Amino acid sequence: MTALIDLKNVNKYYGDYHALRGINLEIAQGEFFSLLGPSGCGKTTLLRTIAGFEAPSDGTLHIAGADMNGVPANARPTNMVFQSYAIFPHLSVAENVGFGLRKAQMSKQEKMKSVEEALDMVGLKGFRGRAAHALSGGQRQRVALARALILKPKVLLLDEPLSALDKKLREQMQSELRRLQRQVGITFILVTHDQEEALIMSDRVAVMFEGEIAQLADPQTLYKRPVTRKVGDFIGVMNFLPATVKDAAAIDLDVAGLGAVTIAEDQAPSGITPGAAEVGIRPEMMSILFEGEPDRGQITQATIKDRAYYGDMTYYDVDIEDAPKPITISMKNMIGRPVLEVGDTARVSWDARSLVLFSA
Amino acid sequence: MGAPLAILNTENKKGLALISAPLGYVIAMLAVPLAAILLISFWTQDFQTFDTTPTLNNYREAVTDPLYRELLFRSIRIAGLVTLVTVLLAFPIAYFISFHVAPSRKSLWLFLITIPFWTSYLIRVFLWKVILGFNGVLNSGLQTVGIIDEPLTFILYNANAVVITLAHAFAPFAILPIFVALEKIDRSLLEASQDLGESKLSTFFRVTLPLAMPGVVAAVLIVFIPTIGDYVTPRLVGGPDGLMIANMIQVQFLRLNNAPMGATLAVIAMLSVSLIALLFVALNRRYLRGSR
Ligand SMILES: Nc1ncnc2c1ncn2[C@@H]1O[C@H](COP(=O)(O)OP(=O)(O)O)[C@@H](O)[C@H]1O
Ligand SMILES: [Mg+2]
Repeated sequence: MTALIDLKNVNKYYGDYHALRGINLEIAQGEFFSLLGPSGCGKTTLLRTIAGFEAPSDGTLHIAGADMNGVPANARPTNMVFQSYAIFPHLSVAENVGFGLRKAQMSKQEKMKSVEEALDMVGLKGFRGRAAHALSGGQRQRVALARALILKPKVLLLDEPLSALDKKLREQMQSELRRLQRQVGITFILVTHDQEEALIMSDRVAVMFEGEIAQLADPQTLYKRPVTRKVGDFIGVMNFLPATVKDAAAIDLDVAGLGAVTIAEDQAPSGITPGAAEVGIRPEMMSILFEGEPDRGQITQATIKDRAYYGDMTYYDVDIEDAPKPITISMKNMIGRPVLEVGDTARVSWDARSLVLFSA
Repeated sequence: MGAPLAILNTENKKGLALISAPLGYVIAMLAVPLAAILLISFWTQDFQTFDTTPTLNNYREAVTDPLYRELLFRSIRIAGLVTLVTVLLAFPIAYFISFHVAPSRKSLWLFLITIPFWTSYLIRVFLWKVILGFNGVLNSGLQTVGIIDEPLTFILYNANAVVITLAHAFAPFAILPIFVALEKIDRSLLEASQDLGESKLSTFFRVTLPLAMPGVVAAVLIVFIPTIGDYVTPRLVGGPDGLMIANMIQVQFLRLNNAPMGATLAVIAMLSVSLIALLFVALNRRYLRGSR
């Protein structure tokens, strides 16, 4: 099967500034795809290139097999939900949603029905006559969604659609967007700087730094096996420990604080060489052993240096002998688990399978 | 009578204190003369003195005399034409500055547009006389390059000259409100329109123009209201066919020594302007409401 969207070696320059660097990307029909990265990494630029608002400096872009070179935005099978929502302030909700239907081969009644259905789909039944400026942020976003989806695009592009909403509403919209995407079966490309949002919603995520795709993977792989320290650091929290590769073939390591370990091939980058390297481990992949809890293979002694109590979780910073920095461990506050005090000693259990090796 | 003031909270009092000086000024310079004009319009001139018995005779005469009516209608027509020409010319200029001039250059452009206003209004009107005259810059220029044989006569001492001169004089007053309205348009709206399938041209008519309407309405009112009562330009470049109602008011007050008739004409002109302006605002309520 050929990809619905196919970018080959796309570069974008703004004057001397290299905003997109050799982007290669294939996105399948029906996929919920996210572009994730810090502010200024080129996510919007890439999205706007797909939408037709920016022309690539070089490289090719195909959508549904058609070369998009020279095809203007109004002729592309894409629609966009703008970061500001771009709701037309001089039009009513229904006029906004029906904006793109002007040239559609439909009777007036059919158009009205279509608008009604689109509003219904985004949960805005009965809002058709409302003036655009009498809408809340969440409602504006729904109007923007309905306005784009009513045209049944092949691809829906969303530029940080949830970043302006408060936390509760954002979480609600996350699941609603996901449901909507499954319902309509349209390919969604979501731009976000929120790693949690990308993990929750996407089938696949492209992590971008400075105009380049650093890693392209499904959420679990991305979280469990980041390919570089930078990706691991950007997605969630990760502890990094200096390590030495003793044997590159068997992948025998000596990790500061954790000692000698052997890891599997999928935990290491390709082409490792003996010598200095770095190992990463997630806070929840290490665990403080309380009374009666089984260990997970490896045990290390630690002292609590600091702690942050979150209600359902407690985050501990622990000192481990030979480790240059305190290590963060997250513990779920379950029955039978006391919250430890600073200065307490603890036994920390971990599993070699949770380690990720990065080349230095 | 202390009750209404007692209702005012401190906030209102502060506001009242702030506007009291300009308010006093406006009352002295605007309301009082206006009331005086209104009062005089009901009097009758009796050689050197006024007969202060209230009467509607002046109004009857103003409405029935075809000369006054013709002058009023001509004033409305010329002012309407000036407004049309000014706004039609101002819009592309405002559009260009807003959409095609780099943000750092915009204030420079606006500044350049005000340059003609560094000289007095009177001098500018005279300059147009020099340009449009029988042996003026335009005619001799066109004759020199051989485009015309005879000097053009339809460009001076008639209504056309008034329109040209006034349109130039009021251009910045039309450009600025339109520019401000265009500046306020969120550029992502234009992209959204194109994203939804519209071309650049249809985006202009479906998004840009409707959103610029408040500026256009403001420009229309700003140009129309003062031009209808303009007196200097028709006097200097209008010739006999280009005279407007304000010229007649001046004649009544100064030369015919009939202040009550002049006052009556002034009131009628004012009422016409208000009526037309209100009509225009009402027609455009939809647009004015749409933009917050
Ligand atoms: N029109 C432009 N002209 C010049 N530089 C631009 C333009 N648009 C974006 N950039 C630059 O390109 C980089 C990437 O921008 P953008 O794609 O908006 O980042 P993101 O959406 O990931 O925050 C930024 O450094 C930005 O300053
Ligand atoms: Mg962005």
